[in-house]
Formats: sequence, C-alpha cells, structure tokens
Amino acid sequence: MRLFEIAAFAVRGLTANKMRSGLTTLGILIGVASVILLIAVGNGASSAVQQSIAGLGTNILTISQQRAQQGSPVKPLTTADAAALVGADSPGIRHASPVVSAQATASFQGTSYAIGQFLGTDPRYFETTNSGVAQGNLFSDNDVQQARKVVVIGATVATQLFPGLDPVGKSVLVNNIPFTVVGVLTSKGSSGLQDADDMAVAPLTTTQNALTGYGSLNQIVVQAVSADALPRAQAEATTILNGRHRIGEGATADYRILSQDQLLTARTATTETFTVLLASVAAISLLVGGIGITNIMLVTVTERIREIGIRKAVGAPRSSILGQFLIEATLLSLFGGALGVAAGVIGSQFTIAGIQPVLVPSSVLLAFAVSALIGLFFGSYPASRAAKLRPIEALRHE
Amino acid sequence: MTPVIEVEGLRKVYGAGDTAVHALRGLDLTVQRGEYIAIMGASGSGKSTLLNILGCLDVPSAGTYRLDGIDTSDFAEQQLSLLRNRKIGFVFQSFNLVPRTTALANVELPLVYAGVRRAERKARALAALELVGLTDRSTHRPNELSGGQQQRVAIARALVTSPAIVLADEPTGNLDTDSSREVLGIFDRLNASGRTVVLITHEDDVAAHATRTVRVVDGRVAGVLV
Ligand SMILES: Nc1ncnc2c1ncn2[C@@H]1O[C@H](COP(=O)(O)OP(=O)(O)OP(=O)(O)O)[C@@H](O)[C@H]1O
Ligand SMILES: [Mg+2]
Repeated sequence: MRLFEIAAFAVRGLTANKMRSGLTTLGILIGVASVILLIAVGNGASSAVQQSIAGLGTNILTISQQRAQQGSPVKPLTTADAAALVGADSPGIRHASPVVSAQATASFQGTSYAIGQFLGTDPRYFETTNSGVAQGNLFSDNDVQQARKVVVIGATVATQLFPGLDPVGKSVLVNNIPFTVVGVLTSKGSSGLQDADDMAVAPLTTTQNALTGYGSLNQIVVQAVSADALPRAQAEATTILNGRHRIGEGATADYRILSQDQLLTARTATTETFTVLLASVAAISLLVGGIGITNIMLVTVTERIREIGIRKAVGAPRSSILGQFLIEATLLSLFGGALGVAAGVIGSQFTIAGIQPVLVPSSVLLAFAVSALIGLFFGSYPASRAAKLRPIEALRHE
Repeated sequence: MTPVIEVEGLRKVYGAGDTAVHALRGLDLTVQRGEYIAIMGASGSGKSTLLNILGCLDVPSAGTYRLDGIDTSDFAEQQLSLLRNRKIGFVFQSFNLVPRTTALANVELPLVYAGVRRAERKARALAALELVGLTDRSTHRPNELSGGQQQRVAIARALVTSPAIVLADEPTGNLDTDSSREVLGIFDRLNASGRTVVLITHEDDVAAHATRTVRVVDGRVAGVLV
C-alpha cells in the first residue's frame, strides 16, 4: 500500500468532518497566537522603557537630595550649587541645570488637566535631555532672567487642553496663574508605564515665584562633555558639592548622584521582573493552549476508534492506520500552528493597551514547535494505541 | 483434505471474577472446504463471539483454531491483517461502515489495503455493488442509506476481494423478503463457485440454503443437523 493512498485517507478524514477539523485548527491557532502575542507585549513594554531612558542621552548625571544620617543637617540643593558645578574646576561638566517640579493643573477655556510633570528649569535642560520643539519655540535665558510666565508643553498636554487647536500663543491658567504657551515639545512617546509627553516646562524663576517657592531644588541635571567623561564629571561634581555642603571624608552625603547608566540598570531590573512575569503568563497560556489541543485531539481520536476497528477488520495493517492518523495530526498541527503564527504576527502590529508589541522570534518558534509537537503526539499516540487493539475491541469502543 | 476451519475446545470469557461471562464453553467445530454452514441458536448463546474468532477479529481465551491447518495463535499481527484482507470476507451484524464515506469508498476499502490500483479498484467495487443491486447508490453515504441498503454495502465490501471464506453475522436480519432472497442468492452463487460460507441466522428458511446447520446452545455445539 502506497503512502499516497494513506495520505488520501488522511485528507478525506479531515475534509469529511470540517467542523471537527476546524475546531481543532482553531484550538491550536489560539494557543500559538496568544503565546506569541503575550511575549511580544512584554518585550514591547520593556524595550519601550529602555528606549525612553536611552533617549534622554547617555551623558547625564542626576543630582537629587537625600536625607542624611540622623542628626547631621541637610543643606538644600540650590541654584548656587548648580552654578558652582560649571567652571574651571570641572572640565568634565558642560552644563548643570537646576530643576524644580510642581504639582500643576492647567486649564484652558473651561477644560482643565492635571499635568503629569511640571518642571521649572533653564533652557540648557532641553539640550541635555535631547528635547526639541515640534511647534513654536523653547524659552530663552532672557525669559528665565525676567521670570516671564511662559511655558513649553508636551504633546499629551497639548492634545488634552487644545484639541484641534494650535496651542502656541494661547494663554493657559496653571494653578490659576496665566502662562503663555510658547512651544510644543517633540513627542517622545509613551514607555507603557509612563507617558514622556505628559509634561510642561517653564523657566525656573517663574516656577519658583508662582508655584513652588524658593525651597530646595528637586534635581540638578548635569550634562558631561561626553559619555566617556561621565565618571570624571561624577567625581568633579562630588568634590564640588562635598566642599559646598561640608561633607567630611567618609561621611554620608546629603545628596545623591545617579548616572543614566545606573538609572538604566535600575529600570532594566524592573522591566526584567516584568518580562519574567509575562513569560510565566505565556508559559501558562502555552500550557492551557496545550491542554486544549490535547483535549480536542483525544476527543477526535476516541470518536474514531470504531473507524480504526472497521479498517483493521477489512485488513488494514497497523502501520497504515498509524500513518493515516499521524498525517492527519501533522496537517492539523502545521495548519493550525501556521495560522496561529500569522494571527500572532498580525496581532503584534497593533498597539495593545498603549504598548507596541515587539515580536520575539524565538517565541514564535517555541509556540509553534510546542503546539505542533503536542498536536502530533496526542493526535497519533491514542491512534497508535487503538491500532494495537484487536479489531473487535476497537469496534466495541464507546 | 485438511478442513478449512478446525476449532477445538474453544472458550471465550469476557471480564473476570464474579462478573465474568462465559460466552463459549469448549466449542468444537470442523468446516470442510466448500461447505455452506448455518449457525443457529438463542440470543446470547455465543454465535457472534464464535464468528468473530473465526474471522480473526478476536482471539479465544482457550482452545485452538486452525485455519487451513495452521494454528491462528501462531500468526503475527501482520499475517492476521493479510488473512482478514485476502482470505476472509466478514459481514457484521451491525454493518460497521466507515461513517461520512460513500458506499463506493467503503466497498473499495479492502482493495486499497490490498494494494489494488485505483482504476481496477473502482471497477471491482462497482461490480460488487452491482451484485448487491446498489449501483445507483454508490455515491451515497451510510447515513443516506436504509438499514437494508447498508447491509448490502457491507456484503459488497465482504465480497469485493473474492475471499475464500465468507463469514456473515445475520446478513438478512435487516432485509425484506425480496432483498433477503437476493442476498441469499449471492451466497448460494459464492458457495457454488467453491467458497466456504458460514452465516448466522435465526430463520429456518435461511438455514435451508445451507448444506449443514450448526446449533449453538450456551457456548457449545448442541447437535448437527444435516
Ligand atoms: N464484549 C463483551 N463483554 C462482555 N460480555 C460480552 C461481550 N460480548 C458478548 N458478551 C456476552 O457473551 C454472550 C454471547 O454473546 P454473543 O454476541 O456471542 O451472542 P449471540 O449469540 O450473537 O446473540 P444474538 O443472537 O443476540 O446476536 C452474551 O451473554 C453477551 O452478553
Ligand atoms: Mg450476534
């Protein structure tokens, strides 16, 4: 008996019951597609976070205040500290921008919006953080000196407050104080966890005057002359600030310097946790999908044990029955798996819950291989057991 | 001449312990080549059990079954499928057609496993269907056929390989008198052409076609009427 005849039986077996074949294919499809998509979403989220951090630039140091040990006084970070960081003593440092942040609600013609991040700083901040304007202009040093009430807003704030309008030149009320919008920042996109466009930046002086008062700065953002100079810049900043804050040898400083690298490491650790979490969800969905495939394959074969008995009774050798069911299971698994991969790949082109999924090629391979193997095994193993039965036992099977 | 079928002390027990059913209790039977045997007996007496063993579809719990002088327990799985395919034609009490498959494909089935080429297969299957008067139903599926028609498809499937032995379990049980007569005519012709026929029946006029009637009572042969 030729292989061709066995294959013909397999194809006829599949087409004779389109409903059953369709459901089996669907089961495998869902199993494969969900695993691919879940892993792609997890991967997308983590790479978005990494990109948003990398987008800030690799030559940045962030100095923030830190509670010192009990008893020792805390000196606030001041504009003077920021100014002192740039000079002849610190050739590794290019700029140092003082930054304050405020809780701010902006309103325009009755619409009000709580801005995610409202910062007061100097114009160098934009250069340091790779920020540019999409519309209008950034504010200038002159605006800072004159404490003009101008503000540059992020894309999210622009769409929330000025849907369909050009925000440049409009006057918004920030905590009831009128500010003029001078520019809209280029969109940096959402990282999935945090919207980088949900922000507004105003001159430091204005922000302190109108919103925060003249307390400690929240941060000093330092730009090193180059990425290579970062360690040097960090050492220089430490020396200068230790001097100004009178921190002795071995004492704990009342400020903290974080480089972008360290920030990246910290964030990477969190996104890794996130990825592990998603991987376990994926593993579970693979398991659930696998059980679904197992189930439908077992039902299919059990339903056909009588048919196996009939074939054996008219003289089918065990090998040809095995071959038929193996080919049927292979066709179903490959077809369902291929459709699942297609569905997963197409699905990952869409943004899901604010996250742009990024395909992991190995996950496609894994999902496909695992489902195909499960389908193959549970499609052919019960059939091989049935093929070993005496014809009459198979025929009596309920 | 070696008998084509030689059965000695055949026993078949279903299940075990208290619930064990002794379907055959030491049955002896010898069938010579070219005989036409009718097996009769009460319901549950073990007729189907016997025929299934004769058709190599089941194995006895004890006793020997020699087919053409060879003990069937010596056959390997592969030889058994070959026997079922070439030597024996079996008609089931409950038809056992492959569902969702046309009458023609059902009749062709043994020929496919025998390795017969497509064109010849189709011609032979159609000839077998013609023999049972179902040429016009060849493209129908089992669920589109009446009980009697399914019975006749099953008979065509048993005949299509021209087996030396035809075993039929109540082949006329579902047929009206006319089709019954036709089917019995087929068995008569098969027997006339030298084939051995063993059939189970409850009807005396069916048994009248046979050369010998074997009466089974409680898993044993009660008496042989000539
Ligand atoms: N697979 C089985 N498991 C358990 N008992 C069985 C099985 N098959 C048959 N039996 C029992 O064996 C006995 C003989 O059954 P068998 O089918 O051979 O009877 P039969 O003579 O063909 O009856 P009928 O004329 O009704 O077809 C019965 O008591 C039946 O209940
Ligand atoms: Mg019976």
